[in-house]
Amino acid sequence: MSAQSIIEVEDLTIGYASDGHDTVVLEDVSFRVLRGEVFVILGGSGSGKSTLLKHMIGLQQPLRGRIAIDGDDIVTADGPARRSIMRKFGVMYQMGALFGSMSTLENVRLPLEEFTEFDDDAIDLVARTKLYLVGLMSAVHRSPAELSGGMQKRAAIARAMALDPAIMFLDEPSAGLDPITSADLDRLILRLARTLGITFVVVTHELPSIFAIADRVIMLDARTRGIIATGTPEQLRDHSDNPWVHRFFNREPEEAMP
Amino acid sequence: MSGIAAMEFRRGPGGSVVALRGALDSQTLPPIWSGARAAVRKNGALSLRVDAAGVTYCDGSGIAFLLDLLREGTRQGARVTITNLAPRFAELLGQFDQARLGDEALPPALPLSRIERLGRASLQFAGNLRRQIDYALRVTGCLWYELRHPSLVRWKEVLSVAEQMGVKGLPVVTLIAFLMGVVLAYQSAVPMRQFGAELFVANLIGLSMLRELAPLMTSIVLAGRTGAAFAAEIGTMKVNEEIDALTTMALDPLRFLVVPRLLATMFVTPLLTIFAGIVGLIGGGLVMLSFDIPLVTYFKQITGVVSIGDFTGGLFKSAVFAYLVAMIGCLRGLETEGGPRAVGQAATRAVVSAIVMIVVFDGLFAVLFNLLGF
Repeated sequence: MSAQSIIEVEDLTIGYASDGHDTVVLEDVSFRVLRGEVFVILGGSGSGKSTLLKHMIGLQQPLRGRIAIDGDDIVTADGPARRSIMRKFGVMYQMGALFGSMSTLENVRLPLEEFTEFDDDAIDLVARTKLYLVGLMSAVHRSPAELSGGMQKRAAIARAMALDPAIMFLDEPSAGLDPITSADLDRLILRLARTLGITFVVVTHELPSIFAIADRVIMLDARTRGIIATGTPEQLRDHSDNPWVHRFFNREPEEAMP
Repeated sequence: MSGIAAMEFRRGPGGSVVALRGALDSQTLPPIWSGARAAVRKNGALSLRVDAAGVTYCDGSGIAFLLDLLREGTRQGARVTITNLAPRFAELLGQFDQARLGDEALPPALPLSRIERLGRASLQFAGNLRRQIDYALRVTGCLWYELRHPSLVRWKEVLSVAEQMGVKGLPVVTLIAFLMGVVLAYQSAVPMRQFGAELFVANLIGLSMLRELAPLMTSIVLAGRTGAAFAAEIGTMKVNEEIDALTTMALDPLRFLVVPRLLATMFVTPLLTIFAGIVGLIGGGLVMLSFDIPLVTYFKQITGVVSIGDFTGGLFKSAVFAYLVAMIGCLRGLETEGGPRAVGQAATRAVVSAIVMIVVFDGLFAVLFNLLGF
């Protein structure tokens, strides 16, 4: 593993078994995420963005390949080794996935109660600092059902940050949010990345967010089942020869409507 | 980052000093956190300096630790300063306003007097009661309308629900009815044998199974199986905004979801009750064989004592119970608010409410049938 990279994906082939054969979604994909950067995985619907993310966080097993998180392969690890790797990252799911039976504060307290030896006062204060960072101090005692979509996503980020992970995976953070809330969330991601040094891996296809937060981008394509472009968002927009990348960044329809 | 953190407290002429060393993170802090807080508390109102010169790393938990020392010192009336903290950590610490970290910063909740609380609870109770009566009337109205216009009924849905609750519920109803017949026969035959009256066990089993136990137990099984399923299914639809989608498509959820379930339940439950009654009688008959009462004698005794009124009375009760189970199950589903937990609560409430209502109505029927001379 290079000193700079915190995630290394090598020759990864992912898919799912159906009707007795394997359907491949992505084939022989390799890329690296550098420590402290905001790395965006983008692509059209059905290109395998979220599936790739699920493999990177160990929820699904690839058909073959290697995914090293801070030097440890999450594909081959099991038991305590796997749990130890999972402690290195936090995940924000597309719909927040907050526990509805708990308040916002209790949601953030949960990982601290389970995985640290802090006393109750310390847990409370650490959880509150996370909610403070995401601007949710006014909603600490509210249940997730009482929060707006943007607040739920911010609460989910606070919960994912509870144990101060080195890496945060965000699945479609801007999906379903209005432009102002979406921009607020982008600013939050940038602030956390710059001040706390967290590495962000973000799955999205929201162009304004990509330009606002991404240090580097990879673009997936369902037809080639692989990465068709890598670089900064500006490089992809201005210098890519790939027609699909060009269409994506210029919001051009694939073919004329009949 | 992980390693070791250490804390040293010392008193000097210019005030006290808490010297911190090492990495301050969630792994290293637990052994020193409460000790540091206790030292700050013990220091009282004396001036306090937190010397962070030896801090090599500080994550979010470390920042929370420093904030805790600041807050505890301020509470004691001391002037607390943090010195020599590396600029990148100081920048992080500078983001927090410690006065806004507690609940004190939240807008105060308006306290309610006892009278106000009682008034609110009464209004809530009355509102719930009104909504439930309104719902029952609307469902009954919808059912009546659709029975008069059968082409409007979604028969495919009715058959699907009937299959789910009827055919698939048959094994559990059979098992319970059979065992009930067996238990009833054994429990009554042994003492009655002392008086040579074991033949009259047939009267007891016949009347109790067909009039009372078959409709009651079948309905209770359906409340647990079908009522809960209705509440969970419709509750999940409510949470997923599918009910809102139906409404905005100008489809009445009562007509679309509730009436087919109501019809299917009211159609299948009496059939299941008849089946449960027969299976219960067979269970009792098999036990009676061991008491040397032939099956022919047993069934002749039953047909002699059980009237058609007993049988139809039981069926009528089962239809009413079915109406209650389906209506309550759907109501609890439609009342669901919130997330997955609310769906579970809706299912639980559906079962409890349905069983309570079944027992209440069974009592009412007992009084009514007695008055009518059944």
